[in-house]
Amino acid sequence: MKSGYLTGRPGAAKTPSTQGDRAMGGTKRIAAGLLASLTLAGCITVNAPEEPIVIELNVNIRQEVIYRLAEDAGNTIEENADIF
Amino acid sequence: MGDKMTKRISKGLLTGIAVATAIGGLAAPAFAQRDPAYAAARSAGQVGEKMDGYLGIVVAETSDLRRLVNDINIKRRAVYAERAKANNATLEEYALTAGCQAIAATSPGEKYQAPDGSWQTRTSAPPIRDSRCP
Repeated sequence: MKSGYLTGRPGAAKTPSTQGDRAMGGTKRIAAGLLASLTLAGCITVNAPEEPIVIELNVNIRQEVIYRLAEDAGNTIEENADIF
Repeated sequence: MGDKMTKRISKGLLTGIAVATAIGGLAAPAFAQRDPAYAAARSAGQVGEKMDGYLGIVVAETSDLRRLVNDINIKRRAVYAERAKANNATLEEYALTAGCQAIAATSPGEKYQAPDGSWQTRTSAPPIRDSRCP
């Protein structure tokens, strides 16, 4: 009976209160995000990049692409040992 | 049981060797070696592996070195283009990945390009590579 009381009650009390918190947090977060974006929208000035043309090409290559190609590239180097 | 196992393994090994020899005999000579001039320039630190997957000149440029490096880079580019296409990737993506691997594969004493663009001499420690390298 004691254990029934213990398992029953926190569950009942917890569920609504957590949901309530989450709902509140969500609304708050959205409001905060909206406020932040509104504030920032007024501040950010977008300037056209002046120099990085060559570097940007490299930066745009993402790590996941490199990981995908890694094995094939390793084999290519081994198979073309005369030029590597 | 141990004997049986050994027999089976050696039989498999022999078959494997036979098959490999047969295929190797038919195919063009794979795993060709570096041209002596290239090998010499490489071990002397006159040329090094760049981050972008191509060979670079480390020392003062001479026409001989330029010719050697261009020759290799043209061949590399052709290979990269073919493999990039097969992997549905761009030439630059494939070349950069190959650069990661080529730098990793350098031997101590050889030159490679660090992410800051400087030439480094490979030691027994792992090379300094682009953070995106695998």
